[in-house]
Amino acid sequence: MNAVAPAGPLAPAAGPEPHRAHRNAGTDAPRHEHGDALDPAHAHAHADVWLSDVAAGYGQRVALEHVSLAVEPGSLLAVVGPNGAGKSTLLKLMAGLARPWTGRIEVLGQPPGREARRVAYVPQAELVDWAFPVTVEDVVAMGRFPRLGPVRRPGPDDRRAVRQALEQVGMAHHLQTQIGRLSGGQRRRVFLARALAAEPDLFLLDEPVTGIDPTTQELLMGLLEAQAARGKTVVATTHDLAAAAEHFHQVLAVNRTVIAYGPSNLVLDADVLARAYGGHLLVLGGQTVLLDDAHHHDEAAPGERHFHDGSGAGR
Amino acid sequence: MNLVLEPLAYGFFLRALAASALVSLVTAVVGTYVVLRGVAFLGDAISHAAFPGVVVAYLVGFPFYLGAAVAAVGTALAIGYVSKRGGLRQDTAIGVLFAGAFALGVFLFSTIKGYVADLFSFLFGQVLAISPADLVGLVVLGVAVIAVVAALWKELLYATFDPLGAAASGIAVERLEYLFLGLVALTIVVSLQAVGIILVVAMLITPAATAQLVTARFTRLMLGAAVIGVVTAVAGLYISYWLDVASGATIVLAQTATFALVLGYQRLAHALRPSPVAPEAEA
Repeated sequence: MNAVAPAGPLAPAAGPEPHRAHRNAGTDAPRHEHGDALDPAHAHAHADVWLSDVAAGYGQRVALEHVSLAVEPGSLLAVVGPNGAGKSTLLKLMAGLARPWTGRIEVLGQPPGREARRVAYVPQAELVDWAFPVTVEDVVAMGRFPRLGPVRRPGPDDRRAVRQALEQVGMAHHLQTQIGRLSGGQRRRVFLARALAAEPDLFLLDEPVTGIDPTTQELLMGLLEAQAARGKTVVATTHDLAAAAEHFHQVLAVNRTVIAYGPSNLVLDADVLARAYGGHLLVLGGQTVLLDDAHHHDEAAPGERHFHDGSGAGR
Repeated sequence: MNLVLEPLAYGFFLRALAASALVSLVTAVVGTYVVLRGVAFLGDAISHAAFPGVVVAYLVGFPFYLGAAVAAVGTALAIGYVSKRGGLRQDTAIGVLFAGAFALGVFLFSTIKGYVADLFSFLFGQVLAISPADLVGLVVLGVAVIAVVAALWKELLYATFDPLGAAASGIAVERLEYLFLGLVALTIVVSLQAVGIILVVAMLITPAATAQLVTARFTRLMLGAAVIGVVTAVAGLYISYWLDVASGATIVLAQTATFALVLGYQRLAHALRPSPVAPEAEA
């Protein structure tokens, strides 16, 4: 629906990656035909995100183990699982924010962090200090900072990219609003706009649609689908199984390790979910009900400050 | 009028005026980040940790700036390292390091026989006694700190607001953390002669805290802190001259009074507002 024109020159100066040609191959991508028989070397060579037998955690606590995974370019992937299943940790590993204990990870063909300027990461809402004195425009402009580098100030191109991103998420009229004054859905929109303004090849989004109204959810998912259709890769954690089934092409169910990975309709069946969620799941006449608080999130990693609304946002 | 112009005839007052204005500018700029990070305790710790450096510099006859800078920057980096690698919370690491460093300073100080006015002035500041050479050193350090912030304000802002998002997109957040600690340390060294070890934290925190009461925009916050800092420092220096009282303490009192006035005005305006209109955004 959105004919999204990049703000800068149409093709990145570095030239499109060789596998980019696959990206717009069509709606039913050939990648699932192979299923588990997919040649690992082939998967590795063509993946935007690749993990091989990865284990990770905090201190003594194991969060993930034996995780192997290849995410192809143009994927729209939901990571689902109960609280403490390691969803956020997995995202942080991909973002280079956490290091694996064992195993190998490659992101955009490099070790995590090496291609950081092509990655946009959006943290959980609880990790953001909403009382911080920045406006909507300031936050979205941050998406442009890494490419600018030190000393250089944001120029006309950057301002255009910021405005365009805010128009896409429908927040252009809130440029000067302090972020703490926004509703939960508006805050998520602004952070997605920051990611869009960065024009990344890989989106890593921690709970982008948690606790927001259906209209905003539709809007954000539409934008992410458009990005995936352009060959960008989107990996998002979510508690919302309905949203995962409806909007994401693929689902990765995790609970300390990979429970299932594949097209959403195959992964989100009762058996797989029961394994992923244990006793937190109820299947009622074909309807799956998740007995899980959507506002919970994974435990704070050491050193992380959590900000909850009402405590500091409004003064 | 005469009251304002008369002291300007003295070289020492002009130097003190320049030093106070510069110090309050540098502390306001760096203090903005200190307030936004919520690490006021850090400023207090680093300033106390500078004390042993000053004493040692005095004992071996080095310029006090050198000793203070080595001790302050060293402590700042140690705080960063211990809280990152030692598995301790940062406030715990700070508590351990700064009390130990300050005790070392007091210990060394007590080995000096006789009355040492120079050292005592570092505890509470003596800006009216600043020498031309010290002023030059202060200007060089102060300009260096401002230049670094001017070059990296974007990165510092992003890393302060959203360290995870910044790090994931290629901002060197960990290196910026150490750089920030170093900047706080140098800022404190610059401020030592103006307000002294005990009061320097007020210069870092109070102007930015006052500005935060009136604006929710980052650029205005930093600008406001700078204006408030410089105006109160100049006013405080004049008042201390007229009343012949301690200059550092008067400057800090002027800043505290400004904070209290702004806060009081806001509370009063809030209480007198006709109907409680919540500033909620429309959905």
